[in-house]
Amino acid sequence: MNVWIAIGVTVLGCYAVKLAGLLVPAGVLERPLVRSLAALLPVALLAALTAQQTFSDGQTLVLDARAAGLAAAAVALILRAPFLLVVAAAVVVTAGVRALGG
Amino acid sequence: MTSAGSGLTLLQTCALSLLVFTGASQFALVGALAAGGGPFTAAAGAFFLGVRNAFYGLRLSQLLALPRAVRPFAAQWVIDETAAVSLAQPTRRAARIGFVVTGLSLYVLWNLTTLLGALGAEAIGDTDAWGLDAAGPAVFLALLAPMLRTGTERTVAGLAVLLGLGLLPVLPAGVPVLVAALAAPAVLWARGRARASRGDAPGEDR
Repeated sequence: MNVWIAIGVTVLGCYAVKLAGLLVPAGVLERPLVRSLAALLPVALLAALTAQQTFSDGQTLVLDARAAGLAAAAVALILRAPFLLVVAAAVVVTAGVRALGG
Repeated sequence: MTSAGSGLTLLQTCALSLLVFTGASQFALVGALAAGGGPFTAAAGAFFLGVRNAFYGLRLSQLLALPRAVRPFAAQWVIDETAAVSLAQPTRRAARIGFVVTGLSLYVLWNLTTLLGALGAEAIGDTDAWGLDAAGPAVFLALLAPMLRTGTERTVAGLAVLLGLGLLPVLPAGVPVLVAALAAPAVLWARGRARASRGDAPGEDR
């Protein structure tokens, strides 16, 4: 049930901001401070989420095969690999390291 | 696929994809729920990731000049990719065509791959053994990488990583990510002060 509540709240929230952009008069959102904050918020959230999902198990910090997978994804990104290849690199390397007992 | 690996049912996974249709928010919500976060903290993180779509909408509403009645329907397709394609078109007609074609094809493809991924993950069973738990962070990293253009973005990212990992053991699940989001206003504020003390005029520096 909790999952459905979370989905419902997210659906409404994400739709509301999309619609707001189309309906709100330009002046309200065009201030430089609001714009740079909106550009930086995803940076902060994505960075924190990447780190947490790589280096944690529940509420404890761990270093395991996922770190190798993420490193592979980073290398793929530096080589300008397409999105799916980046994700595939992370998955394959993580599975490989885990299979070797890492 | 990451979603099914985190304990969501097939129906929940597809509903999320059909109704939210903003990749980063979907993955964030699933990740927060998997980590044991409450429904509202999980949704808050997903919501903040979706805020940037409002700014795409702002540009698109001037560019596409949509009738008011159409806007509630067009809104669902206001995402990174449709904004990028539409804004690159030379004329309003081309921009409108670009928006509809990109929106429709992405919507169909995205939801089809979600369904196939969820079915596939159910068939596989233990997704961790196949390294699929690394797919989530890899997706986040791929979304993040093109945003790290200047020192400001890198500073925000670094601070957010420190906050997110440092607070993880001490705060309830889902909350550290929201605190890490404060890295954005904190760095903006610090830069504003540094600029003021140098006596520069405030303004954008990209």
